[in-house]
Parts: sequence; C-alpha cells; structure tokens
Amino acid sequence: MAEISLVNLSKHFKDVEVIQGLELVINEGEFFTFVGPSGCGKSTLLNMIAGLEQPTGGSIRFDGSPVERFSPKERDVAMVFQSYALYPHLSVYENLAFPLRMRKKGKEEIDGEVRRVAGLLGLDDLLSRKPKQLSGGQRQRVALGRAIIRRPRVFLMDEPLSNLDALLRVDMRAELKKLHRELKITTVYVTHDQAEALSLSDRIAVLYQGAIQQCGTPHEVYLEPANRYVAGFIGSPPMNFVPCRYAEGKNRLDCGGIGLKKRVRLSENGRAVMGIRPEFVRVSGRKTKGSIRVQVTMVEPAGSFNWVDFYLGEVEMKGTGAVNEDLGAGSPAFMSFPESKALYFDPDTGKRL
Amino acid sequence: MVKKTAFYLLLSVVLAYCAGPIIWQILTSVKPDQELARIPPLVTSHPTAAHYIAVFSGYPFMRIILNSAIVALSTTILSLAAGSACAFGLAKLRVRYKSLVLAFVLSVSMFPPIATVSPLYLIIRFLGLRDTLYALIITYTTFSLPLCIWIITNFFRSVPDEIYRAARIDGCGPWRIYYLIMLPLSLPALFTAAILVFIFSWNEFLFALTFTATASSRTIPVAIALFPGLHEIPWGDIAAASVTVTVPVILLALAFQRRIVEGLTSGAVRG
Repeated sequence: MAEISLVNLSKHFKDVEVIQGLELVINEGEFFTFVGPSGCGKSTLLNMIAGLEQPTGGSIRFDGSPVERFSPKERDVAMVFQSYALYPHLSVYENLAFPLRMRKKGKEEIDGEVRRVAGLLGLDDLLSRKPKQLSGGQRQRVALGRAIIRRPRVFLMDEPLSNLDALLRVDMRAELKKLHRELKITTVYVTHDQAEALSLSDRIAVLYQGAIQQCGTPHEVYLEPANRYVAGFIGSPPMNFVPCRYAEGKNRLDCGGIGLKKRVRLSENGRAVMGIRPEFVRVSGRKTKGSIRVQVTMVEPAGSFNWVDFYLGEVEMKGTGAVNEDLGAGSPAFMSFPESKALYFDPDTGKRL
Repeated sequence: MVKKTAFYLLLSVVLAYCAGPIIWQILTSVKPDQELARIPPLVTSHPTAAHYIAVFSGYPFMRIILNSAIVALSTTILSLAAGSACAFGLAKLRVRYKSLVLAFVLSVSMFPPIATVSPLYLIIRFLGLRDTLYALIITYTTFSLPLCIWIITNFFRSVPDEIYRAARIDGCGPWRIYYLIMLPLSLPALFTAAILVFIFSWNEFLFALTFTATASSRTIPVAIALFPGLHEIPWGDIAAASVTVTVPVILLALAFQRRIVEGLTSGAVRG
C-alpha cells in the first residue's frame, strides 16, 4: 500500500504534449479514477505510474520516495489491462502463478496463493483451462487474480471492464468495489465511462487535454463541476447548456426566455451559459407557476419516467416527464426547473461563475 | 458439372507440372540401366534396387548424408536462435530505425550467390575454414537469417503489446519475456522458419561446391553432382540418391504442414 504523489509531471511524444505539469496526491488505500475522453492522456498517465513509460519531466513518488527510475517490478505495482492480456499458452493456474514464479516464491507458497485467489474470485473449477476456453467475464477474473495475487503496493487498472457486455460490467463493478474494500490496496483506475467512475471511486480526476479539469469525490464533480467541460462530461444524459444574457434594469438573467435571479458575477459583456441537468428539468403538459412553453421533439421511455427532448427557442434540451403525462413529439408542453440547481459558466473560458 | 471437370483438369495439369519430375526421378531410380534413356519414361517391367545398393556401397554416401544433416541442423538452430532474438528486438523493444534495419537485413539476401561466392571464398580461405563444415554453416546462417528475421518479426508483432506489458508488470525483464512468453507463443512461426531454412541448407549447391574439396565435408547436392561415371553419367545412381535424400525433407514438410500454414498466414487472419 502506498500514497502516490505526482509532482509537476509531464510527458510529451516528439512535439505532442500529452500531460502538462500535473500535480496530484492519491491517498493510501484510496480508489482513485482518472476519467476522460480517449486521447486525454489517461492511459499514458497510468503507464507512467506503472513504470512502462518514462515521464519527460517531473516526479512520481510512492510514499514520498521518487520511483521514476524504477522498473515496474521494483515499484511493486500490478496492472489489469483492457484486453486482459492473459498469457494464451499458459493455463489459468500458471497465469495466476506467473507473477509469483517471477519473484522466485516457493512451490508450496505459490500453490497456496493460487488456491486462495482462485477461491476469492470463484475460479476454482477453471484452473486447468487455457484462456481461450474462458468467457469474457472469466478472463477478466483471471486478470484480476493475477494482479492481486502478490499483494502489490499499487493496483492499476486500464479500462478493465470495457470489453465486457453491459450486464456483466455492472456485476464486475460491484465485485471490484467489494474487492477493494477487502484488500484496501491503493487503486488507480482509468476509464472513459463516467458512470463507472462515479460508481466505483473514492475520488475522481476528470482529465482533458492533458490537464486535470477537476479532482474530487463523485458527488463534488457531479454537483459542483469546476467548469463547463466537467459539467458536460460527468452525468448521463449530459447537462443542458443555455446561453444567457443579463437583462438591464430588471436585474435578472434572460436564459432563452426564462428569467432567472442573478446570483453570480457575470463577465464584462454581461453574458453567461446556464447549465441544468436533465434530471432536474420537469416537462409537463400542464402549465404550472413559473413554467415556460416549449416544443417537444422526442420522448424516450426510461421505465419509471420518460426522457423528453424539446426546443427552448433555438436551444435543444432534455428533461424528464412523468410516464402518465402522455407527451408526444410535436405536442406543446411546459418546462420548469428549480432555480437553485442551475449552474453558470463563463461563455469564453468555460469556468464556473 | 463442367465446372467440376475444369477444376479437376486444372488440378491434374498443376499436379503433373509439380510432381512430374519427381515421379520421373523415382521411376528412373528403379530401372535397369538399359531402359534409362527410354522416352516416354514409363514404369519398368523389371524393377531393380541395384542403383540404391550402388549408392550406399560405391560412394561414402552415409558420411555425406551425415555432413548434410549436421550442416542443415546447425544452420537451422543458429538461424532460429539469432533470428528470433533479433526479431524480438525489432518487434517489441524500443529500437531506433527499425524499418531501416529490416530493409538492410533483407538487402543481404538480394545479392545473387554467384556475386558473393568469390569474395566469400577468399574470406573462408583466410579463416582457414576451407573444406570444413563450419564454412557452410556460417555462410548458410548468414543467408538464411534475413528470412528468419522477417518471418519471426512479423509473428512477434502480432503478439499484443498488452501481453508484453503485462509480463513486464509481473516482473519479467526482456530476456525472460523473450523465452517465457514470446518463444512459446510463436511456435508456428518458428516451425515455418525452421523448415524453410532446413530445406535451403539441405539443397544448397553453389557454396557447397565452392567451399568443399573432399568427401569429408561434401554435402548431398554436390556429392550427387560429382558422382563419378566411367564412360557415362550414372543417371540411375543419381536418381536413387536424389530420391533417398528427398524423403526426409518431404516427411519433415508433411509432419509440420499444418504448423507451416499457420505460420505463413498468421497476421493475415487474426483468430
């Protein structure tokens, strides 16, 4: 177990700046997730922590001591890959035993550890199989087992669930979380799936264009996004954004026809972007106090409620409607949301106002 | 129906073209001397084993087969060892100018042997290796390495990088990744390279003719070509010898046929 600190870490390939001056401390025993779109540098970051790639600048420290000159073996990290990366010519038993054999452990110790991990992950009956005789979920388990068998200081996972089908992914998510709670090993997880990041992590860092946009607990990044990028990336379906203008004299913000109380300092030209999550937007066939008339374009049933797409003036938005509302495409409707849930962003820099 | 007839017609043409000379050779090897020149070369009514007996009693043929076997096996082992190590570097390690290296390696095999045989002869003589098996083993290894490196590099490249990285994380250095992971995974490619190199060394003629002088280091193709005839060329003995030495190669190819196909097509189709 270790605390990982990244100090002014940067990496560039030739002219391309992948990671720029990154500062971060991952606490001991924490489940920490880097989330971001593909190409944001999150895998590079993980590979640098693993020791598979060398940083071009800055320092990586485990419990305060720099490790960037150490090989993966010396760092004592374990890693799970997206494609599982099992050794195809070895049986499940040998795959699990491999990291221990590389560390010259005794025969009996290896056997005991393999059986312990196999028991933990429900692989007891599969030990003699080859990887290609396993299903995706089973392969995933073996990959996990191979990583946890030698009780590493740091556990690294590079999109480990993205090759599984949706149902299995949710199962494995819960299993990962349980496993982490039992082992309490510092875990760094990389994913592009914000739902996965939210459900698994103690803390999340949203990575975009080689820089951390925001770092915090799942609740913080969801409810208090630091900028428009984070607001749009975290949460599904993504947040609605409506351009606003300060209405002179009334001391109110005009957001596509909705008048909102001005609560934030606006940029000099009096403009802002208002963001509201679809789950806070209520669309109904009946007019209520403060609601505004919109045009519905599509209704997607989500079981206990409906997602409703509509136009507020020129802006396309998404909200929720009750199942019994009987809304349909083209039908007129009324939209409202609690003003307190609205967030405001600088239209130029994207920063939260 | 027409399609099927055409197919079999084409098949028999190809078969006749490929197998014709071999069948002719086999027929020749069991004919009595007086029938040898008869055209068309039909099956003889008096098959004889005289040529086979002559080959093994009249010439130091066992010695020659042994020479060939030593040369071919040593060449194969050396080429595979050096070739796969080189391929590992080119396929998986951080090496500068990889494609340049590969192109350079290939260029070695572009010179026609006849262009290199004289300077090589001088070198071999300078090293004092003339008329030894070493002369042949070294030259053959040099010339078969490019093929080995290319086949194995391509196969190594098809091994996912994540497996390589997983092995590093699990605590392997490059050397252990090479022999614990890459080599076992690449058996089909190794078999393919091995059999091609073996056949090349088994059949090579020009260098063998130039670098050897006596039966102590002579290999099969040269020995057969130099079968002494008193007044005429001993076609029957030559045929018998050829058939004898072709058999192991054919057996080898048949035994590893499936492996070879796997090796040659790997990378083209991902399982």
